[in-house]
Amino acid sequence: MTDEQGTSGAVLVVGGGISGLTATLEAAEVGKDVFLVEKNPSLGGRVSQMYQYFPKLCPPSCGLEINYRRIRDNRGVRVYTMTTVKSVSGTPGNYEVVLETAPRYVNSNCTACGACSEACPDEVDNEFNFGMDKRKAAYIPHEMAFPRRYVIDKEALSAEGAEAIQAACKYDAIDLDMPAETRTIRVGSIVWATGWNPYDASKIENLKFDQSDAIITNMMMERLASPNGPTKGKIVRPGDNKEIESVAFVQCAGSRDENNLRYCSYVCCMATFKQITYIREQYPAAKIYVYYIDLRTPGKYEQFSDKLMDDKNSFFIKGKVADVIPEEDGGVTVIAEDALNAKKISQKVDMVVLATGMQAVQALAPLPVALHTDSDGFIISENEKGMIAAGCAKKASDVVTCTQNSTAAALKAIQISGR
Amino acid sequence: MDKKYCAYICSGCGIGDSLDIDALSGVVTEEMTMECKVHKCLCSAEGRALIQQDIDDGVNTVVVGACSPRVMTNEFNFGEDKITVRANLREQVIWSEMKPAEGEEPSPDAAAFLNESAADYMRMACVRAQKTELPDPYQLEVLTRNVLVMGGGIAGLTSAKEAAAAGYDVVLIEREDELGGKALGWRQSFPSRSPWTALETNPVNGLIAEVEADPRITVKTGTEVARISGAPGNFGVTLKATGTTCEWDAPAKVTVEEQDLINKGEKKDPNDGLRPYTQLNPEALKIGAVVLATGWKPADVSQFEHLGYGKIKSVVTNAEFEKLAKEGKVPAKVAFVQSPGGKENSKDFPYSNSVLSMVALKQAHYVIDDNEDGQAFILYQHMRTPGSMELFYKDAQNNDGVFLTKGAVTLVEEKGRGASVTVEDTLFGETLNIDVDMVVLAAGMEPMTLHENSINLAYRQGPTFNDLDLFDGYADSHFICFPYETRRTGVYTCGGVRKAETMEETIDDATGAALKAIQCIESADRGVAVHPRSGDQTYPEFFMQRCTQCKRCTEECPFGALDDDERGTPLPNPTRCRRCGICMGACPERIIGFRDYNIDMIGSMVKAIEVPEDDADRLRIVAFVCENDAYPAIDMSGMRRNGISHMVRVVPVRCLGSVNMAWIRDALSSGLDGVLLLGCAYGDDYQCHFVKGSEIANRRMENTAETLTTLGLESGRCKTEQVAITDYDRIPGIINGFVDEIVEMGPNPFKGF
Repeated sequence: MTDEQGTSGAVLVVGGGISGLTATLEAAEVGKDVFLVEKNPSLGGRVSQMYQYFPKLCPPSCGLEINYRRIRDNRGVRVYTMTTVKSVSGTPGNYEVVLETAPRYVNSNCTACGACSEACPDEVDNEFNFGMDKRKAAYIPHEMAFPRRYVIDKEALSAEGAEAIQAACKYDAIDLDMPAETRTIRVGSIVWATGWNPYDASKIENLKFDQSDAIITNMMMERLASPNGPTKGKIVRPGDNKEIESVAFVQCAGSRDENNLRYCSYVCCMATFKQITYIREQYPAAKIYVYYIDLRTPGKYEQFSDKLMDDKNSFFIKGKVADVIPEEDGGVTVIAEDALNAKKISQKVDMVVLATGMQAVQALAPLPVALHTDSDGFIISENEKGMIAAGCAKKASDVVTCTQNSTAAALKAIQISGR
Repeated sequence: MDKKYCAYICSGCGIGDSLDIDALSGVVTEEMTMECKVHKCLCSAEGRALIQQDIDDGVNTVVVGACSPRVMTNEFNFGEDKITVRANLREQVIWSEMKPAEGEEPSPDAAAFLNESAADYMRMACVRAQKTELPDPYQLEVLTRNVLVMGGGIAGLTSAKEAAAAGYDVVLIEREDELGGKALGWRQSFPSRSPWTALETNPVNGLIAEVEADPRITVKTGTEVARISGAPGNFGVTLKATGTTCEWDAPAKVTVEEQDLINKGEKKDPNDGLRPYTQLNPEALKIGAVVLATGWKPADVSQFEHLGYGKIKSVVTNAEFEKLAKEGKVPAKVAFVQSPGGKENSKDFPYSNSVLSMVALKQAHYVIDDNEDGQAFILYQHMRTPGSMELFYKDAQNNDGVFLTKGAVTLVEEKGRGASVTVEDTLFGETLNIDVDMVVLAAGMEPMTLHENSINLAYRQGPTFNDLDLFDGYADSHFICFPYETRRTGVYTCGGVRKAETMEETIDDATGAALKAIQCIESADRGVAVHPRSGDQTYPEFFMQRCTQCKRCTEECPFGALDDDERGTPLPNPTRCRRCGICMGACPERIIGFRDYNIDMIGSMVKAIEVPEDDADRLRIVAFVCENDAYPAIDMSGMRRNGISHMVRVVPVRCLGSVNMAWIRDALSSGLDGVLLLGCAYGDDYQCHFVKGSEIANRRMENTAETLTTLGLESGRCKTEQVAITDYDRIPGIINGFVDEIVEMGPNPFKGF
């Protein structure tokens, strides 16, 4: 990049998940300077937590690896992790943006040797695995983390821990007094790719997420199935590690629901079909029950769902789940009404997967800039202002749609920045 | 470039604790005759300053023995005019050391094994440094920056407008006599904004006006593409009047065998009367990149006989109903049939995607809006209204005139001037007979690429996209992360040719395609590759004097980058090339190579591996691995401290398809004991980012294995495995299992010859 401070020809991309990465690289490969800021310690966002993509059942880290290489090879891209936007002033084509970088407490001397983590005695719940295991207070989020640099969770670090990690680091890379840093950059336009959070399952009262380890979310299932997840890819019931003989998927958990998310989250039906393949691979005979309102597997996705619906141990029940009852043996009973025959169903299973939907990040935590959003918190692009939404910040969508509209966002950004 | 070398070994991160660094640097200075320096932390400011000082003193080619090339890339980048080669001593040597099984004693040779491995990686890195050259980017003599957009519907209009708004000239062609495409026939469009309940004004006329007023856009209606020849940055496009034929029409693909028959007069040349595909039309329009937006056409639904289309007058398609609605009032009582399967299946009409659920909701609105007592019956198996379109659906559910019924439509019969519809298996378990004025079938949106060549390329590999059958005729990418990648560089598709899309999706899609077209032009201008090796300045160079016209490279290139002349000599088109090296792997004469990646280089690296004699504990196996997936997986395996046999040496390759069988012969003839190829999944759900690389490699290896047996070697000495980047815990087992097989076979009998 020619100018660390940016220019009116530069683009800022907020959010380093698959959408932000795409917008960044597609703009940069036209020849533009791009700043990419990500609030977490590494890039990759939600897709880095997923085991496979539907319908190809290929690993997201494959595409991420290509994207990270593209970033490494492109001198027009400048990445700031642990960084958020503090304020935006100025006019379209000429914005001044204040960025704040939270302290990583590990400086650029870090060689990613891992000695600090090894020496660190302090452990906390691992948010990357939704608390299903522990991580150290000195850690890298996962093996694919980019940039590969350790980070210290200072709140989780004890005095002994601080001493131990500092003693372990041979490269003087740990700086527990590191301050937060602010910097001001100039850009012409901003792509908001702030992404989504899994809808908070504990808000869906009847589904009792907080009351049993046997009730997990679909994103937790992604971690369970991942080789670098809490169980090294073995799908078992959290808590007692029981192997799975039966599982129920509750579709539209919190979606298409006036009390929770009004809209359809688009991906959950296909995510469930995909997760059926995860379970089938490990448990050829497990009984799988899917409770749904509609199966939204349109277009080529219908071929994928059709194949799986032929499975004789998978049962698809049109009907909304009314209740989930935790049982003493660690299992759960699902109560639903079959809409096709109006019969009440009660099904005991080992595990329940709540197919929770996508909530725009800014629905819960407002952005520092007055952006135009709809009533559900999704950002509405104001192209003329150079304020452009991309990916799931714009609407709930699958990865293909995200990468597609993020490529579009790159062009809209260039149109303003290139003036 | 006159090279001045220096090698550096990092002793940090435990490398110095595990390896005999003095001995290792001795290998570099004595065997490789390269100066070698050691630093305790090479990536630190001090370590890099050490290297920089040497560079300031004239060193221009640097070998770094430290961590994986996937990390510290910036730290070890000393500028575009310097060469840096990395030896992965950390992740793939010391972190990948095999630990003795529980209860087993470590081998007394363990330390020696590790040092031998590190020494081989340093040898290979030094050879690579010697054999690599700085790239000299390919430059087109003349570069054209404008974009051709094929198709003047919503997608094409949007692409044209957006490319123009970014400062590029556009030629927009439309087959019909006016712009607008299918959207011209629409009365209104779906809601695109909160509260997602009201139909909106069809934007097409506004869009047409904008495009027609844009000085950067040249519109040609009543026009089709006869052929597109050339390559990104320099396409030559021959246009013609719609429906006509001309001598510049794109020739059909003729295989090598067919051409033989034609030459012998045993087969009629399908391209009689057409100009050869390599001939350039001097009148052709010069174009930089192409957006294909030729859209869709309504599917024929007469095959579903029980629905009566074509026999019953009041049964129409959704497209016909829309036209009716645009022209005037629609009937008061209308049934919309969303799934044709009767009781057999609950599938939507083919080519529906989720769009047709929303079309039905929109058209139900017309029924209500036009008639005070209007009744719309939507008979569905699945209402597919993703995202906020759910609110549009919900609004319809609350509308007293709209009746949504889940069930199987088993029969449509003529009744008076209207029809009677039988629906079974409804939610209430009853069979309904609904009498209506009109029945609307949700006929799918078939991509034009299902019906015609569309892009009409004058390429050796034929006029259209490959793999269309994988997507039912849609010209879609097979990559979830990279939706615009087709197998024809510089041609990007959007709108109905890619999938059935809503207007909102189409606009995003078309804007994205415009970006990709522009990006391709700019990349061609800089002489760099586009996806996935974006930015790569190298390209395959051919030593044509030794070409035997075997045509393997032209046939196997997944991107159709190579044409050929009448004798079969390849005619490279570097701006079509994605730099995978599959042509290099294909060439039996070994005449294709890149500045920094070629037959001699990798072959020499393999030969640089030290081959101990008569030592069953020291067999040597080379693993050629895909640098995007298998290689990172091996890195991560090291981070997880999974052990990999000390007998294995890993060589990353651009794509498994670039592996030339000469390397395997070189390996075995220089006494190595086995060769393993680790590449990506192939088949319908292929994961290879060069589409065919791993599949082709597997095929070549099968042939090579046969050759081995004729030489008296076990065919099992070479093997291909499909792995994914997430296989970090599985790959050690694959590699070590292969090593066990080789150990079982014993040393390569050619060792020492």
